[in-house]
Amino acid sequence: MAISHPIEQTAPVAEPTAVGAAWAAIRDFARRRTLGAVGAVVVLVMIVVGVSANVLAPYDPVAVDFGAMLAGPSAAHWLGTDAFGRDVLSRLIFGSRTALLVGFGAAMIGATVGAVLGVGSAYFGGRVDLYLQRLMDVFLSFPLIILALALVAILGNTIPNVIMAITIPMIPRAALVIRSSALTIREMPYVDAARAAGFGHLRIILRHMLPNVVAPYLIMLTAFLSQAILLESSLSFLGLGVQEPTPAWGLMLRGAAVDFAEAAPWMALFPGLAISLAVFAFNLFGDSLRDALDPKLRTL
Amino acid sequence: MWKYLLKRFLLMFPTLIGVAVVTFLLIRVIPGDVVELRLSGDRGAASQAAIDAERARFGLDQPIWKQFVTWMSGVARLDFGTSMWTGSPIWDEIKLRFALSLQVAVMATLVAVLLAVPLGLLAALRQDSWVDYAVRVFSIAGLACPSFWLGILMILGFLVIFKWLPPMVYTPFWVNPWQNLQQLIWPALAVGYRYSAVATRMTRSAMLEVLREDYVRTARAKGLMQRLILIRHALKNAMLPVLTVIALEFAFLIGGLVVTEQVFNLNGIGLLFVQAVAHRDYTLIQALVMLVAGIFIFVNFAMDVMYAWLDPRIRYR
Amino acid sequence: MRPGRWWLWLLLVGTLLGLTMGPAIPAGAQDKPRYGGELVYVVPSEPPSYDAHAEETFGVIHPIAPHYNLLLRVDPFDKTGTKPVGDLAESWTISKDGLVYTFKLRRGVKFHDGSEMTSKDVKASYDKIIFPPPGVKSLRKESYRSVEVVEAADPYTVRFRLKYPEASLLLNLSSPWNWIYKADILAKDIHWYETHVMGTGPFTFVEHVKGSHWVGKKNPNYWDKGKPYLDGYRAMFMSSSAAQVAAIRGERAHIQFRGFSPPERDQLVSALGNKITVQESPWDCLNFVSMHHEKKPFDDKRVRRALSLALDRYEASQKLSKITIVKDVGGIQVPGTPFATPPAELEKLAGYGRDINANRAEAKRLLREAGVPDGFSFTFKNRGIPHPYEPIGIWLVDQWRQIGLNVKIETIEASAYHPMLKRGDFDVAMDFQCGFIVEPDLDLVRFVSTSDANYGKHKDKVIDELYQKQARATDPEDRKKYIRQLEKRLLDEEAHVIYTLQWHRIIPHSSKVHGWTITPSHYLNNMLDTVWLSE
Repeated sequence: MAISHPIEQTAPVAEPTAVGAAWAAIRDFARRRTLGAVGAVVVLVMIVVGVSANVLAPYDPVAVDFGAMLAGPSAAHWLGTDAFGRDVLSRLIFGSRTALLVGFGAAMIGATVGAVLGVGSAYFGGRVDLYLQRLMDVFLSFPLIILALALVAILGNTIPNVIMAITIPMIPRAALVIRSSALTIREMPYVDAARAAGFGHLRIILRHMLPNVVAPYLIMLTAFLSQAILLESSLSFLGLGVQEPTPAWGLMLRGAAVDFAEAAPWMALFPGLAISLAVFAFNLFGDSLRDALDPKLRTL
Repeated sequence: MWKYLLKRFLLMFPTLIGVAVVTFLLIRVIPGDVVELRLSGDRGAASQAAIDAERARFGLDQPIWKQFVTWMSGVARLDFGTSMWTGSPIWDEIKLRFALSLQVAVMATLVAVLLAVPLGLLAALRQDSWVDYAVRVFSIAGLACPSFWLGILMILGFLVIFKWLPPMVYTPFWVNPWQNLQQLIWPALAVGYRYSAVATRMTRSAMLEVLREDYVRTARAKGLMQRLILIRHALKNAMLPVLTVIALEFAFLIGGLVVTEQVFNLNGIGLLFVQAVAHRDYTLIQALVMLVAGIFIFVNFAMDVMYAWLDPRIRYR
Repeated sequence: MRPGRWWLWLLLVGTLLGLTMGPAIPAGAQDKPRYGGELVYVVPSEPPSYDAHAEETFGVIHPIAPHYNLLLRVDPFDKTGTKPVGDLAESWTISKDGLVYTFKLRRGVKFHDGSEMTSKDVKASYDKIIFPPPGVKSLRKESYRSVEVVEAADPYTVRFRLKYPEASLLLNLSSPWNWIYKADILAKDIHWYETHVMGTGPFTFVEHVKGSHWVGKKNPNYWDKGKPYLDGYRAMFMSSSAAQVAAIRGERAHIQFRGFSPPERDQLVSALGNKITVQESPWDCLNFVSMHHEKKPFDDKRVRRALSLALDRYEASQKLSKITIVKDVGGIQVPGTPFATPPAELEKLAGYGRDINANRAEAKRLLREAGVPDGFSFTFKNRGIPHPYEPIGIWLVDQWRQIGLNVKIETIEASAYHPMLKRGDFDVAMDFQCGFIVEPDLDLVRFVSTSDANYGKHKDKVIDELYQKQARATDPEDRKKYIRQLEKRLLDEEAHVIYTLQWHRIIPHSSKVHGWTITPSHYLNNMLDTVWLSE
């Protein structure tokens, strides 16, 4: 975007001086941003489920059991079974692991690399800035689907490659936003002062610039999380995402789930709900976080 | 201002060339080429000699840089060559699909704007009330539903409830508007709802920001009618970022609706992309990427012009 | 035939037809055909070029075949799809030594531009197929290696001279790909047919809108008087299978000629009831497992046999047939066709026995013998296509798990898959074959050691010899014997490849469609001359 916005408020969570203060901030967030708090709780539940999938899942998520194929929800299989007799609940639980892995993996890498490039671009300015910006422009204007198709065709669709395919288009977006935040800091007198005092680039960046882009960074991160989960499911639907027999929500919505949409609706209903709920929760949380951290930063 | 615009204009070209280089190299790294795919088929019967002859016919035996130069000199004359898969001129492959994609993008953008602006305004004026919450939940719900899922549900709904299905074959608007709308309105609604989420959020936060500005507060304090303030001051100032978001999304919609096109069986650019990659149809992929990226870059430039015009900080530079 | 005797002939032919195909004809086919109407069908692919001689996708045949005739065609009412009948050829004779085939052509056959079709058109078309000039693509010319020359003896006689006798020649001349083009056009521009249409077929070309649809209309001067029944047809191109099902279900299309999956069939039947007629047939397509013979431990035939013994094919036949397009347990020929394996003999092959526990115990013993440790792990490369690759892949891996193997699936993007096989970049991979006519020569040539499609790179002189013997056997019983020996060698003794289940073709179509019979191949029977629509 063409204009940069000065940051007026800084992030309360960016200064974790004391546990007490953090708690207070969380309590305050929960009180003032009810929707966001609801989202945060759902996200937390999802993380807990994903981490303890081994304990929680009643069945092996990849074990084929033709005897139980296409069974509706019952005491044995709470959410029914799929076309191979695999337990839908177990696949959902393990699928949250995949979703989190892809979501957090892509968002972390995307936002972090974007932040590094954005801050670097803003700090060094001049030639570096010009070239980096052109590079970012190139990737920004590149159709996402081509990148994903090409990467999957070249590298194959293992989880790390899917994460990469999702990450690459995120990087220029993050870089753009963070650069514009960083630019305003770059212009501050104290940065020039630090330079004049002979501090190294790295130290100035770490001490002065980074803390000030924490807010946009966090906002970007939460937004990317939900985008990554959605993108993964879209890629899976096109056959370009994570592959069978890996349990993954997007994958569960594909193929047989569509074929059996009427005859065995549980196969598609529950993973669809899981995706929607997760994306919904991440968005609610992210939205409120944005409101709390910086009402002006809205470039997503 | 003119200097600024000229700079912006000239910067479009290195970006386009960058896109061209990346595309050109990227698709040649993908395993399997168009000749191999066309000749080997399911029984893999083609001889190496036949493959080599076919490659030579397409100029694929030339060094990469030479192929690139040949292609770029064609592009410079707006000649994108012929499809390696079907043998017809690229423009013949693209034109009808482009018309369809453009129309869906325009209609979806309209839907998004019609939903987003009123809802965003409402949410901003009643910040943190139940109205605000309802609007946000409504718009985020659109974002949270995978687009193919929404499409499949719509189609299934038509079939199960109404025992009816939208037309499956594209009729251009100028041939039969009614037939055309019957087919395209549904994907436009599905996509428009989804994209209204971002625009709604943008409208809301832009409005909130403007409402906090001094001149609006002053106007309020003076007791001017609320509605008047809105229209006269706030809306006008808040619209710029909203417009940006909408324009960029519009540019994205033209080539980015792969899944929606598949679900609604639309013969558009997105699906053509997937097919072109599956066929390794180099010339077609290259042309499509240049088209879509070109539109994106141009819309970006147009937004810069808008800003330059409307934003005094740039206008008087 | 002499006048006055025609009723006798009619009776004879009628009785024969009734005897041989009566049960195979779907209900309604015996009704009197009704004229008129436009057949609307869905094509899940699209023609790259319009020249069938140079293409290998049904996306060319389905929309374009109605514009053309062949020299011979496969009987449109024969469910096995293996019976050649005359199309442009009225009759033919084969010399005693099997080296000269002479075809008498029909008279008065006109191209759509009004010019007459004669033997020079047939010769020009077959010359393009068998002896393409440099720069002209002909994908199936290898199938006609036995042909020495094609002669146009007189305007209505075409002669094929062979270098050696070949059992499969008649069926190869019925190939649905070998459209007869016009000699004058080919002489002027041999690439003309890649982008244009000019045939003698029952329908003339109207329009092709890329990515959208193809339209043909009735040829009023068609040589086969009284046909076609339809006023025209419209083929709609649709890649998404959900959209295809929706089109049939929403009654915006009558039929899709490739095939639907079992759940899609069930969905259509439950939604439309008796408005839908379902035709099913074993499909001349098959997924099998190729193992790279130069990579350990798959160079050891005990290991390959073990992998085959692990499969419970009969259970899979019941269960997988509910979710994807496979069904019959078969050998190297489609069940129900002339050279298919009798069930009793099939059960003697490794992995086809009924006692799965015994098979698996044997498999584990073989693995131990070969020194493969319990929990041995390898990667199985599959193709990224939902039906039936993915379900079969999941099934295979689960079956192998049950003999103590730990197999990972790696899915290869659909178009990168053949290059991967060709490079030999795999230990164990899903392989695939699909034929247009069930014919041992066509189906088995890929297992000859020197074949380009021998991706597992086995070297087996015995197989090569048996292939040669069956190809040249003039007596069907001899041929059968060689084929059985080849089968035992390929699937059992050496287990060069592992056959999974035969594909199963399911065509649920509008009950208004008549005069179309399913065959084991989605390349066959798409001329639409016999098809008609009821009210």
